[in-house]
Amino acid sequence: MKSSFSIICFCRFMLLFSRQGKLRLQKWYVPLSDKERKKISRDLVQTILARKPKMCSFLEWRDLKIVYKRYASLYFCCAVEDQDNELITLEIIHRYVELLDKYFGSVCELDIIFNFEKAYFILDEFLLGGEAQETSKKNVLKAIEQADLLQEEAEAPRSVLEEIGLT
Amino acid sequence: MGSSEMCRDLAGEVEKLLKTSNSYLRKKAALCAVHVIRKVPELMEMFLPATKNLLSEKNHGVLHTSVVLLTEMCERSPDMLAHFRKLVPQLVRILKNLIMSGYSPEHDVSGISDPFLQVRILRLLRILGKNDDDSSEAMNDILAQVATNTETSKNVGNAILYETVLTIMDIKSESGLRVLAINILGRFLLNNDKNIRYVALTSLLKTVQTDHNAVQRHRSTIVDCLKDLDVSIKRRAMELSFALVNGNNIRGMMKELLYFLDSCDPEFKADCASGVFLAAEKYAPSKRWHIDTIMRVLTTAGSYVRDDSVPNLIQLITNSVEMHAYTVQRLYKALLDDISQQPLVQVASWCIGEYGDLLVSGQCEEEEPIQVTEDEVLDVLEGLLVSNLSTPVTRGYSLTAIMKLSTRFSSVNRIKKVVSIYGSSIDVELQQRAVEYNALFKKYDHMRPALLERMPIMEKTASNGPTEIVQTNGIPSMTAYNKNGLKIDFTFERANPNPNIAVITIHATNSTEAEMTDFVFQAAVPKTFQLQLLSPSSNVVPALNQGTVTQVIRVLNPQKQQLRMRIKLTYTHKGSAVQDLAEVNNFPPQSWQ
Repeated sequence: MKSSFSIICFCRFMLLFSRQGKLRLQKWYVPLSDKERKKISRDLVQTILARKPKMCSFLEWRDLKIVYKRYASLYFCCAVEDQDNELITLEIIHRYVELLDKYFGSVCELDIIFNFEKAYFILDEFLLGGEAQETSKKNVLKAIEQADLLQEEAEAPRSVLEEIGLT
Repeated sequence: MGSSEMCRDLAGEVEKLLKTSNSYLRKKAALCAVHVIRKVPELMEMFLPATKNLLSEKNHGVLHTSVVLLTEMCERSPDMLAHFRKLVPQLVRILKNLIMSGYSPEHDVSGISDPFLQVRILRLLRILGKNDDDSSEAMNDILAQVATNTETSKNVGNAILYETVLTIMDIKSESGLRVLAINILGRFLLNNDKNIRYVALTSLLKTVQTDHNAVQRHRSTIVDCLKDLDVSIKRRAMELSFALVNGNNIRGMMKELLYFLDSCDPEFKADCASGVFLAAEKYAPSKRWHIDTIMRVLTTAGSYVRDDSVPNLIQLITNSVEMHAYTVQRLYKALLDDISQQPLVQVASWCIGEYGDLLVSGQCEEEEPIQVTEDEVLDVLEGLLVSNLSTPVTRGYSLTAIMKLSTRFSSVNRIKKVVSIYGSSIDVELQQRAVEYNALFKKYDHMRPALLERMPIMEKTASNGPTEIVQTNGIPSMTAYNKNGLKIDFTFERANPNPNIAVITIHATNSTEAEMTDFVFQAAVPKTFQLQLLSPSSNVVPALNQGTVTQVIRVLNPQKQQLRMRIKLTYTHKGSAVQDLAEVNNFPPQSWQ
């Protein structure tokens, strides 16, 4: 396992999954084959779902340190380095949840299912290369807003054409 | 996630963007640079100029990613590390501003200003302060400040405290600061949040060797964590508890640990049992206490005890001479209750075989001696042989025990019968033993008492070599040769499988100021002996007794005659060749008798 993680960064991967074990989001910050990714996701999800509510949010799994937290029906799971601060990782996860919440307005699992690209965009504005790039909530959301605007502008001309009647 | 080729191609662009005024781009450029360095470490140099003004940024995003970049560079290159040490005052200032500044809605998390940046700075300070007195001193105050002023009611404050503790423990901090750090961990242990308790135990485990006394103060809290519900917390508490056991607290600690052993999950039992044995061996206040502790482990967690514990325990029991009667009685009683736990059964069988005579003669002083007959004892041992619960190894132990009792008990006929039955056992190992024991009864009956007599006190061997050498107490070493500054001492051991072989180790030392090179030791023995010389450790005997050349000689002495030896020494000393012959006659009698 260790040899496949040739890059060392704070966050190696981030997984979001439901209580039934369905993967809603997966972001990998280390190079791994599809097969390896599937295996890791599957095994890790099973391990975490088997844990009782009274247990710690941290566990050692294979040679990784895993930090996870459940928010409503979704598990947020992050794999970090051995020397990393688990408590601040919990804050990282919490920040991501807050960003989603602010963007979607009281976010729920359905929002993520139906707008997963947005969930990825938000994550990508918050973490880059496995490290936090922006520590201000406001700035991350501003960046997403601007991206949304660009997207709308790109989509706008089409509807204008439609209006004129040139479908 | 670019490949290394991509990184090489684009590194220049990234470097340029690092200097742009657009903070949005700049922060991303910094993390790109981090990735480039991770993929292609040789490119690190080219980013160096751009790092000059990174820390004077106001934008937290850029600041954060810059600190990540600096951290990456320092972790990878000792030169960079030395170069960036000068940033310590600036980092300290930034951290100070974060703590002292008022409420900033943009970066606030539960009343703390940009905890992510604070943690990253603390981490960089840790790397810069490690092994460097000056840097460590420069950050001393700010660390103390963070440690005392950070709000601990929420996870975020504790995250910062945790990082601070890690930094304090890693740099060259003064003792007061270290004690402060350990006390923070001690407070963490009392926190309701199990995550906090977890990180506290993990950190304490790392520091228990270096700051032992400070951690000892929190011993009772740590022991309480043995009762925690979380598996990881329990494991760490157990490891930490064993690390804290010493001669003063052994009784109290052992009580808690044995209680833990009783009630813990099976996954812990093997490690806990091993830990108990180790601690008991080191700090047992009395032999009786030691035996009692072993008994407790064997009876409550007997099936989880590691296989290598059995010979260790046997050795321990053998050496506690005055406790033999007590030990065999307790083990016998334990067998009457339960024969399912193999390590217990094996140790018990061995003891009964060895000390069965003490058992039936009721010699126990430590507690009320029980009344048991020879037949009852043999019933129990035979029961082990036929029970489905016994493993083949256990059966071997009990058959041997029965055999040994033939020289301690009077019911020899019964034993003869049992042994002959197993001469046709399906189990090959058992069959072989039975056949050999049968032979002892028939052809070699005269040797039986000697072979089955009480075991002597054993010295613990450091490791099991290819031949098991049991160093018997009492064969004194001797000086075989001492001339012209060259001294050769002989030490003796007996090779276990064959008592006719004397194993002699020569130790050659040189007290002159010049070394002896091309050193060759040769030996000859009389015709009735056979000699084998193994390779020497070296051919150079260092000057001024600064080292020893050793060599092993094996002498076969089947007729047990007095050992005599003629030795020849050749070496080069101060440029000239030296040769000498000598007779060695002063062998101690124990080496050949």
